[in-house]
Amino acid sequence: MGNQSLLQAIMNPLRTWARVNSPFAIHFNSGSCNGCDIEILATLTPRYDIERFGIKLQGSPRHADVLICTGPVTRQARDRLVRIYEQMPDPKFVVAVGSCGISGGVFQGCYNIVGNLADVIPVHAFVPGCPPRPEAIIYGVVALLNSLKQPAPKAPDAEAVA
Amino acid sequence: MDTQQEPRKTFVVPIGPQHPALKEPGHFEITVDGEIVTAATVRLGYVHRGIEKGVEQRNWAQAMYMLERICGICSHVHATAYALGVEALAGVQAPPRAQAIRVLVAELERVHSHLLWLGVAAHEGGFDTLFMYSWRDREMIMDVLEGLTGNRVNYSCNVLGGVKFDVDDTQADAIRRAVDFLEPRTHHYLKVVTTDETLIGRTRNVGKMTFLEAETLGTVGPTARASGVPRDIRVDSPYAAYPDFPVKTITATAGDLEAKFVVRIQELFESYRVIREILDKLPAGDLAVRVKPRVPPGETVSRVEAPRGELFYFLKSAGGPNPDRVKVRTPSLCNWGSVLATAPGHKLADVPMLIAGIDPCFSCNDRLVTVRRRSTAETWTWAKLRQYGIEYYR
Ligand code: SF4
Repeated sequence: MGNQSLLQAIMNPLRTWARVNSPFAIHFNSGSCNGCDIEILATLTPRYDIERFGIKLQGSPRHADVLICTGPVTRQARDRLVRIYEQMPDPKFVVAVGSCGISGGVFQGCYNIVGNLADVIPVHAFVPGCPPRPEAIIYGVVALLNSLKQPAPKAPDAEAVA
Repeated sequence: MDTQQEPRKTFVVPIGPQHPALKEPGHFEITVDGEIVTAATVRLGYVHRGIEKGVEQRNWAQAMYMLERICGICSHVHATAYALGVEALAGVQAPPRAQAIRVLVAELERVHSHLLWLGVAAHEGGFDTLFMYSWRDREMIMDVLEGLTGNRVNYSCNVLGGVKFDVDDTQADAIRRAVDFLEPRTHHYLKVVTTDETLIGRTRNVGKMTFLEAETLGTVGPTARASGVPRDIRVDSPYAAYPDFPVKTITATAGDLEAKFVVRIQELFESYRVIREILDKLPAGDLAVRVKPRVPPGETVSRVEAPRGELFYFLKSAGGPNPDRVKVRTPSLCNWGSVLATAPGHKLADVPMLIAGIDPCFSCNDRLVTVRRRSTAETWTWAKLRQYGIEYYR
C-alpha cells in the first residue's frame, strides 16, 4: 500500500500537469439562443485561437475534461445534459457560459425551463455576459485551469470569473 | 433474430442531440441501407423554452429583448419584425433615419450570418481552411457591429418607434473599410467554392431540389432561391427602408448545395452594395418616435427577410401593457422539409452537409405547434403549457 501512495505522489502532479496543459473540452447547448454558441465557436478561430492554451474542442463526452455549457436548461435537454455529464470521465469540470447558464437570463420563468445550469449539474466556473466575449470565455476556461494547479479542493461551490 | 430473416437489412443511425457536427441540439434518425440513406426523420424541441408564452408576461418593450434572443445569429431581424409590427399596431412610423439604420444593421447581420454559414458548411465538408478564413474575415463585421451597438451578438439596436443609436462619420468610415476589405475576400470565396475540386465533390449535384420541389416543400430564403424560386420579402413586400434602398433577388437554378453556396455568397455582394448606399444617403432626422406603453387593440402581421429566409410575426394586442399573443414562424422550420425530402438516396456522409445546407438554426425553430380545427381552438394557459411540457418530455 505504501507503494501506491508513492505512485500517487508521483502521478498526481503529472496528471495535473497534463490536465492543465491540454484539456479537451466539449460543448453542449441545453437551450441557449445560440449567441453564446457562436462565440464559443469564435474562440476556435484565428483571431482568438483557444488552442494556443492547449484547449481543444472535440466531439465525444467520453474524451472530455471540461464541459462548456450554454443556455438555461430546458425540460427536454435536462436528461441529455445529465447523461453527457455522467459520460465524462472523472475528474470533470463544467464552465457555464452566458447569463442564461448562470441565472436563466431572459428566459427565467419560462414554462419549459427547468432552471439554470447549477440547478442540474455542478458548475466550476461561470462566465457572465449575454453573450460573453470570446476573450471572456477564454479567460474563464484559463482561470479554471489555473485553479487546478493549486492543490485546493475541487471547488464544489462555484467560482466566479470575469 | 427476426432481423436476420429480413431480405434487406436496414440500420438506423441516430445523430444527436449532442453531436460534433451540430452546434445546437437536434436529433436525427437516419435509416441507411449500407451507406445509402433511405429515410430521415428529425426530432426537434431540445431548445424549446416557451418564448411565445413568455412574452405575454412581459410588457411591450421588454418583450423585444426576449424575442431578440430567439436566435443569437439573426437577433436583429427578430427585433425588427416585432418593432415594425408594434409600430403598425400603435399607428406610428419610425423616422426614415431609423428605418435606414435598421436596414443597415440588418444587412451587416446578413453578412456576418452568411460568412458564419460559409465557415460552418465548409467545416461540415471537411474544408477547415475555409472555415478559419471566413471566420477570421467575419470578425471585421463583428468589430463593426460592436462599434455601432456595443455588443457583438444580440445588438438590440431597435426600440419601439426607432433605433437606439446613430451612425456617425467615424463609424461610417469603419463600416466602409470593413466592406472594402471583405469584398475582394468574398470574390475569392466565390472562386473557391466554384473551382475547388474537393469542395465541388461534396457539393455539386448533392441535395438537388427542383423548382417544383422547392415550391411544394414551402422552402424560403436562400434555400428556395438556390432552386430558382424568387422569394425574398425585401423585394416582394419591402419594409423599413427597403423601398428606398432596393435589393436584387439572387437566384440560381441548379438547386444543389453548390448553388446554395453561390447564392449566399452573391447575396453578400448585394449586401455590400446596399450598406454602401445607405451610408452615402443616410436620411437626416430623428432616431425614434414615442410609442405609448399601451398599444391599441388589434392584430397585425409583420414579415421580414432574415438571413435564412422569411421571418413571420403575428402580433395581437388587447389594448393592455402586454402583448396578447405573439406568434413567430421562423425560416429554419420551413426549410427542414427540404432536408428530409432530399436526404434519401445520398450517402450518409452527405447528411451533415445537407443539414448545414439550409443553414439550420435550432433555437429558432423549436416551438410548439398543434394543429386543430377552428371549432376546437382554445387558449392554452401558462399552467397548462407547463403541465403539457412536463408530460411531453417525461
Ligand atoms: S446568455 Fe444571452 S447570448 Fe447566451 S444563450 Fe443566453 S440569451 Fe443567448
